[in-house]
Amino acid sequence: MLKVTTDNWLKTAVLEMQEYVLLSLRAIRYCFSSPFYFRDVVEQLEEIGIGSLAVVVLTGFFTGAVLALQSGFTLDQFGARSMVGRLVSASMVKELGPVLTALMVAGRVGSGIAAELGSMMVTDQIHALRALGTDPVRKLVVPRMLAGTFMVPILTVIADGVGILGGWAITVGQLRVASSVYWNSVVDALYIQDVWMGLIKPFFLGFVIVSVACHVGLRTSGGTQGVGRATTNAVVAGSVAVLAVDFFVTKLLFMLMY
Amino acid sequence: MSPVADPLPPVTLEEAFGPNAPVVMFDEVSLAFDDKVILEQVSFTLLRGHTKIFLGASGAGKSTILKLILGLLKPDSGVIWVYGERIDNMSERDLLHVRDSLGMVFQEGALFDSLTVRENVGFKLLEETKMPLPEVFARVEEVLGFIGLAEHIDKMPSELSGGQRRRVAIARAMTAKPRILLYDEPTTGLDPITAITVNEEIIKLRDLENVSSIVVTHQLRDAYYIAEHAAHRADGRVIIERADEDKAEEAEFIMLRDGRICFEGSAGALRASPDPYLRAFLS
Ligand SMILES: Nc1ncnc2c1ncn2[C@@H]1O[C@H](COP(=O)(O)OP(=O)(O)OP(=O)(O)O)[C@@H](O)[C@H]1O
Ligand SMILES: [Mg+2]
Repeated sequence: MLKVTTDNWLKTAVLEMQEYVLLSLRAIRYCFSSPFYFRDVVEQLEEIGIGSLAVVVLTGFFTGAVLALQSGFTLDQFGARSMVGRLVSASMVKELGPVLTALMVAGRVGSGIAAELGSMMVTDQIHALRALGTDPVRKLVVPRMLAGTFMVPILTVIADGVGILGGWAITVGQLRVASSVYWNSVVDALYIQDVWMGLIKPFFLGFVIVSVACHVGLRTSGGTQGVGRATTNAVVAGSVAVLAVDFFVTKLLFMLMY
Repeated sequence: MSPVADPLPPVTLEEAFGPNAPVVMFDEVSLAFDDKVILEQVSFTLLRGHTKIFLGASGAGKSTILKLILGLLKPDSGVIWVYGERIDNMSERDLLHVRDSLGMVFQEGALFDSLTVRENVGFKLLEETKMPLPEVFARVEEVLGFIGLAEHIDKMPSELSGGQRRRVAIARAMTAKPRILLYDEPTTGLDPITAITVNEEIIKLRDLENVSSIVVTHQLRDAYYIAEHAAHRADGRVIIERADEDKAEEAEFIMLRDGRICFEGSAGALRASPDPYLRAFLS
């Protein structure tokens, strides 16, 4: 009995993975052929980019601030308070900026996409789209995927910058370290490889968030209840995928660059 | 006689039947979802300019048949021909082009709720053709005028009533001038007056534009109305009146039950049928 359910579970998981990979490959292929819905891409760039700005700025700021606070406390024990900048910038640029930005986008954009495509699915709008001669992958998935892939890196850079500023505010305001000391220390810690790593990762994370959400949304069934389930699944699967992909891409980049 | 010539070279319906070829043809089509059999060896033929009216209990597979014609679903077995092309094994890419000759009114309308009525109705022309904008909008206004919704052109679908949404869906299906129109319960939930307007629209498209139609409905009254009326032009006006017998024969009723066709025939034959299930359904 248990074996049967495990088998079934495994089979569904493999099928699901296969569908996901096929959808992603198809969307990538469609980026390079017509018809290409340019207007929808612009719309999604705005929706995903501008729409996520506020939440990313807030996340970045508080992360940087709390990093400064925590590391200031620890570094004090070694009399190394002046090194706070290093810690803030290194952790922000390499890891926290990309991952936290991606997680916030997974929550905001992933749920939105899954809910939108899911409700289009259960109200036959996706069928209507196909009946009118439009390929839903070209019209809906490609623009979102492009926007996600290119906006998450930009948002990450903004989060990094705001985070370092947040660190600065705490370091100067509360830890009483001179501004110039902080900035020197920030720059000291940034090796070019780290910057590359922090810039390359978000492309993968953005792609994964949006493609997972599109896949989940387009597989919605079961009415409004199904839409609710799809939305939750998109956020959960998207967030887990962000952490997993972050790990593997980091590992890969370590092998390639260091 | 069966046009299924596989795996020999593909035969088009035109070749098999000559110019008066059927526009839609099902040959022993079966479909099951998981273990549940929905359609079992369903065969029927729709001729150009004719009407098929599908009746059947809820869940009998009527909407499924329309989705099969559009290629939105694939049958488990059997062959489907649409306008001389075999579509049951066709790729999505080729299907997009077959769908150019098809228009579909979905059961719940399926309007795009992020777009205005104008963009919904003009969707196909705006997205999939290079027609200049003024021409597209002229056509949109024309079909909306046709269906009596001209004043709602800039509203969002959520601002319309259920019946208005249904009519916008009809307008959207006819904008690109398809040669076959599929209506999934076009009059369900409409008041009798609006229902008659919609019926007359279906009749006009069929008789004046030579559009072949498939209508799924639970409303017998509307079904009989569509089957037994005809439209023609006289002195530049459109007149809709009772059809003569030959014309009424061009509309055929198909009753689905347990995945099979349990009745196929004209309105007269349906009325006269002694079958107890049919009688129960009709009364
Ligand atoms: N995607 C699907 N997955 C599983 N079962 C489905 C799916 N779509 C339809 N069905 C099942 O197929 C059967 C036929 O559905 P269909 O929508 O064709 O019915 P219908 O004749 O149009 O009914 P109604 O008059 O209520 O619209 C139903 O029992 C339904 O549960
Ligand atoms: Mg139905």
